[in-house]
Amino acid sequence: MSSSLYTELRWLPPKPNEFPAMCKALGTSMSPGSEARALAQFGLATNDLIRLGRNLIRIGPSALAPLQPFKLGVISNALLDLMAPVLTATAARYGIALECVTADFGQTTAEALDAESVINRFRPDAVLMAIDHRGLPLRFVAGSRELHEEGVSASLQVLTTIRQGFQENAGCVCIVQTIPPPPEALFGSLDRSIPGTPRSVLEDLNGAIAKSIDGTPDILFDVASLASTVGLSTWYSPSEWNLAKLQFSEACLPLYADHVLRLIAASRGKSRRCLVLDLDNTLWGGVIGDDGLDGIKIAQGDAVGEAHLEVQQLALDLRSRGVVLAVCSKNTDEIARQPFRAHPEMRLKENHIAVFQANWDDKATNITAIADTLSLGLESVVFLDDNPVERDLVRKELPQVAVPELPDDPAHYARYLAAAGYFEAVRFLDEDRAKADMYKLNAERATIRARSTDMASYLATLDMEIIFSPFDQIGRSRISQLINKSNQFNLTTRRYSEADVAQIERDEHVFALQIRLIDKLGDNGMISVVICRPADEGDWEIDTWLMSCRVLGRGVEVMVLRELLGAAREQGVRRIVGRYIPTERNALVRDHYEKLGFSLLSRDSDGTSVWVLPVDADVTPVPMKVTRQFPAVEASR
Amino acid sequence: MSTDEIYEKLTQIFHDVFDDDSIALKPELTAADVEEWDSLNHIRLVLAVEKEFGVKFSAAHVASLKNVGDLVKLIQERAPKK
Repeated sequence: MSSSLYTELRWLPPKPNEFPAMCKALGTSMSPGSEARALAQFGLATNDLIRLGRNLIRIGPSALAPLQPFKLGVISNALLDLMAPVLTATAARYGIALECVTADFGQTTAEALDAESVINRFRPDAVLMAIDHRGLPLRFVAGSRELHEEGVSASLQVLTTIRQGFQENAGCVCIVQTIPPPPEALFGSLDRSIPGTPRSVLEDLNGAIAKSIDGTPDILFDVASLASTVGLSTWYSPSEWNLAKLQFSEACLPLYADHVLRLIAASRGKSRRCLVLDLDNTLWGGVIGDDGLDGIKIAQGDAVGEAHLEVQQLALDLRSRGVVLAVCSKNTDEIARQPFRAHPEMRLKENHIAVFQANWDDKATNITAIADTLSLGLESVVFLDDNPVERDLVRKELPQVAVPELPDDPAHYARYLAAAGYFEAVRFLDEDRAKADMYKLNAERATIRARSTDMASYLATLDMEIIFSPFDQIGRSRISQLINKSNQFNLTTRRYSEADVAQIERDEHVFALQIRLIDKLGDNGMISVVICRPADEGDWEIDTWLMSCRVLGRGVEVMVLRELLGAAREQGVRRIVGRYIPTERNALVRDHYEKLGFSLLSRDSDGTSVWVLPVDADVTPVPMKVTRQFPAVEASR
Repeated sequence: MSTDEIYEKLTQIFHDVFDDDSIALKPELTAADVEEWDSLNHIRLVLAVEKEFGVKFSAAHVASLKNVGDLVKLIQERAPKK
């Protein structure tokens, strides 16, 4: 039962009986991408994935919008025929339209080094290196330290050569696997301590592989840990290898594919970031409203209580690596908070929870409110609830939210949640640790907003300070990062490299500002960039105006406009011209210039609009302190 | 398990593996008769049969299979007696 949790992807709901018909219907669907994504959310076995995958391959990745395209090459010393359809179907689960090309059987090093090989010509975004001990220069001779070390270094060399080959010839990253040791021991327990045995050689090799990833763009896929989780004897099937050259048992393929896609999704920033927790019978045993503080089960020494404590501990551990925690419970707020405040055994405290949503509204509404408060998309949210009715409701209303199935026994809740791998990451940086706190600060800002009766008084409570400075060397890389990453609040979406930004810095005809915002809850850092260039008739045209969405609704754009108008007046400019160029992502600012009082000059058929404002226009300031940090030369000019 | 029962279960497996509900099983049916019956699907077929009937086939068994009739005979020999 235990390993079937993993091999059968038990955290996903079981497939409906109509699954084959639903796969077939994809071919004639108006939105096959979204439907494929929905179909892939079930716990599918290899044959189901092949059925779905073959349909998706027939439809083609370009017809699968809104799924995002990704090109994956796969090389292996084993048979890859099952791989392409299974990976393609699994990719839909992660919102990815996968195009998968597999190399011929056993083509590994040659595939990487030949610039004209199948994989290199395919120009993949990544290559999955599905290579195990049977594809590496390893000779297992018990007791031979020499062959042990030679095998480790030669194998590492082969893997490095392949990685470098793909990097040079395809310019892509590699997904590099560790190698599970075969379950057959030579001596028994002694194998681990004798050099040259498979177990000891592979342990050293796996350590070396993990180390070799550090500082490179490549991605580690710890297949050795995955295989030991399901059991090495389940993983390696001698008959399937002999009959079909399958590297590992076909029964493990759905799990393997899910892990490959977790890594690819994580590398594309698609991992989930927020864990929303139900309370009664999820975080503790019993119902706080009925059983009271003394009645709920959360203590050490009680089997049910310990099971729920493990859920709390996992949530805390996730928080310490940057996952934001929230609560969504059908309860009276005051009662729901009692255990957090007054129960000595609770590991989760109120200050760990960024958003606490306890009321009698339906959970879909509350989860939406939580995501809004945290400025996170619903596709970043995981919802943990013991109640199957609530889970179904949320899945139906909010298909973007991940809702793991849970077994009847709470002892397995934490394991199910961890097994689902929602929070997979390919890197772990210092700033990740601080993330949960940062989201909590944002949530506090949102709470203040909810309490303030009107916008102006809310803004006044924030004690904001806006800081304007010209482009400078210190700000250069952050300016360029904002220019290249801002999509939503971005009027023209013009992208400039760091070198371009340096050019703008030096050009005295161009007026450019970097803008920072501080408030009483912290320094938001650089949050906006604006660039004006001289246009006809002594006008200025706003070439670029963008802002981080973290500070939406704070009146920053109004203050930026005031600053622009002041600077323009000083330079003898008559009018400021603004341009809105629509993209798929920037509908947010379609009416930006209209809201700021500009008048429409023209509108093209593609939706581009041009706006104008005289420099003496009157703009009411928003309550915030204005600081200008201009170097002395500028000020004296 | 009766021959009919085996055929019934086997038909379901064939429909599933080849994604084709029109396949009708008879003892003389071979890989050449089913368009999609390539080496990959042959493996899937064997794996699905092993799972459904709780049997394990050796490489020698698989190599000796000539047609559906052979497969049914093999299942009858190997399936746990009940």
